[in-house]
Amino acid sequence: MTPAAAATWRWLAQRVSAAVLAICVLVHLATIVYATGQGLTAAAIVARLHASLAWPLFYGVFVVAVAVHAPLGLRVVLDEWSGLRGRAVDVALALFALTLLAGGLHAVRTLTA
Amino acid sequence: MSGRAPGRQAATIVQAAPVRRNDVRARSHPAYWAFVVHRVSGLVLTLFLPLHFWALSQALDPPAFDRFLAWTHAPAVRLTEIAIVVALAAHLAGGVRLLLVEFVGWRGDLQKSALALCTAFVVLVGVLLALNP
Repeated sequence: MTPAAAATWRWLAQRVSAAVLAICVLVHLATIVYATGQGLTAAAIVARLHASLAWPLFYGVFVVAVAVHAPLGLRVVLDEWSGLRGRAVDVALALFALTLLAGGLHAVRTLTA
Repeated sequence: MSGRAPGRQAATIVQAAPVRRNDVRARSHPAYWAFVVHRVSGLVLTLFLPLHFWALSQALDPPAFDRFLAWTHAPAVRLTEIAIVVALAAHLAGGVRLLLVEFVGWRGDLQKSALALCTAFVVLVGVLLALNP
């Protein structure tokens, strides 16, 4: 893949993940305001996530989108604000993406197990 | 004739002055501050995410998780928590604004309205959270 093609794919992935996250974050914010208003407990969080299969699926999609979006955003910030770029940075960011994906899916699985 | 190429002198003047003027103009524009807020909130959220996932994965041990949740009621932690959620709201609002500008073509007054709506949304989320017990 040429550098220009890679940049286009990164741009597209950042925008598509942003569109998915826009919906996810809106739902997440409404849930945060509602859940903290009701008093946050471990039992309440686990009960909510067990109430419907839609919740684990929703958070699964949320985690995948954020694992794509955050490292791509960080890549731009590192490039523009610190001048850090190149293969080593891309490898580190790919590892960060995998860490977010694994950590996020693990958290969802823990709460829905 | 001084012997210096006139074109070179003119080019030096043209290069030096406008860059600084544009810098000041750009930084006094609300869109510049929208960019700064979007970037800083994105950085804060990216740093917070691994901690958030780690905390949630502690739910396998409910008593320990409840102790952790009780710790989040300490004033300093609660303020930090509200700041992070406000950063999330700001990043969402700024992101939707960018998508509207890039894909729907919002320009001029619509862009200014979008900035006002973003600010109102962020303030609303902050107030709702602060009012929660």
